Amino acid sequence: MMPEISLNILDVAENSVRAGASLIEITVSVQPDADSITVIIEDNGCGMTKEQVQQVQDPFFTTRTTRKVGLGVPFFKQAAESTGGSFRIDSETGKGTVVEAVFGLSHIDRMPLGDISSTIYTLVVFNSDIDFVYTYKYGEKQFVLDTREMRELLGHDISFSEPEVSVFIKEYLETNRLETDGGADI
Amino acid sequence: MKSLEELRAIRAKMQGKVGVRAENENQIRVVVGMATCGIASGARPVLTALSDAVQEQNLSEKISVTQTGCIGLCQYEPIVEVMEPGKEKVTYVKMTPEKALEVLRIHLLGGQVVTKYTLSAAQNNAK
Repeated sequence: MMPEISLNILDVAENSVRAGASLIEITVSVQPDADSITVIIEDNGCGMTKEQVQQVQDPFFTTRTTRKVGLGVPFFKQAAESTGGSFRIDSETGKGTVVEAVFGLSHIDRMPLGDISSTIYTLVVFNSDIDFVYTYKYGEKQFVLDTREMRELLGHDISFSEPEVSVFIKEYLETNRLETDGGADI
Repeated sequence: MKSLEELRAIRAKMQGKVGVRAENENQIRVVVGMATCGIASGARPVLTALSDAVQEQNLSEKISVTQTGCIGLCQYEPIVEVMEPGKEKVTYVKMTPEKALEVLRIHLLGGQVVTKYTLSAAQNNAK
């Protein structure tokens, strides 16, 4: 199992990268009143057939040739369902995939959210040809990082991996998370 | 809240300063395995430590840090592969941010392979 929800998010979003997505939208919504954390990862990649959607939830199925197990999606599903939450995948060939996991916020078996800012940073900086829209919500408050908006402001000739830019991205994610959730231990 | 508008200032500051950072033939390629096995074993902080250090020390022209999928040696993750032009690939296993920075200092900058962290050393120890 992964030690943090944010590592599951990184792992499952890497599937979207490999599905050839040009846009990946990630939403993390922490709702103390509803006692839930909802994670949605949506991409416009190659999508899957109904049969493949069933197969990716099976730990002993993978399309890889390097090993015989595929644990990413089963880990995420198990982590959510073991907290009284839910898990679903909607996918359509040629259109894309939506993965949604709901966790019981106060459930004793829920792993911590962990360093979600670092997950988003890694995805954005190391996949510069893909656009990301990341939304973090805590109760009524929220902030968004939209790389399309960033490219608009920055121009297309400056890479996100330039030190000045990557430091900004890191600070943006960390500062705004803190202002959104007030440093809550999630 | 921090605003994306700050990027305008960064753009203005960097105007004309941005060189072409295309991958060149002499660049050392450092690849971190970031599939489920790598991520579960701690590859994310290893990747971040390497890329932060490369940026901080202004080494981006000499060293490129990228990620890859499953290398097929899951039990040895986190794995960092070093590909230097004209040299044999070196596979470092069971990396941590600290070990990765040691590899950066001794191998990538100093030119000496850190034998104790390599795959062959791990395989010999297992025998």
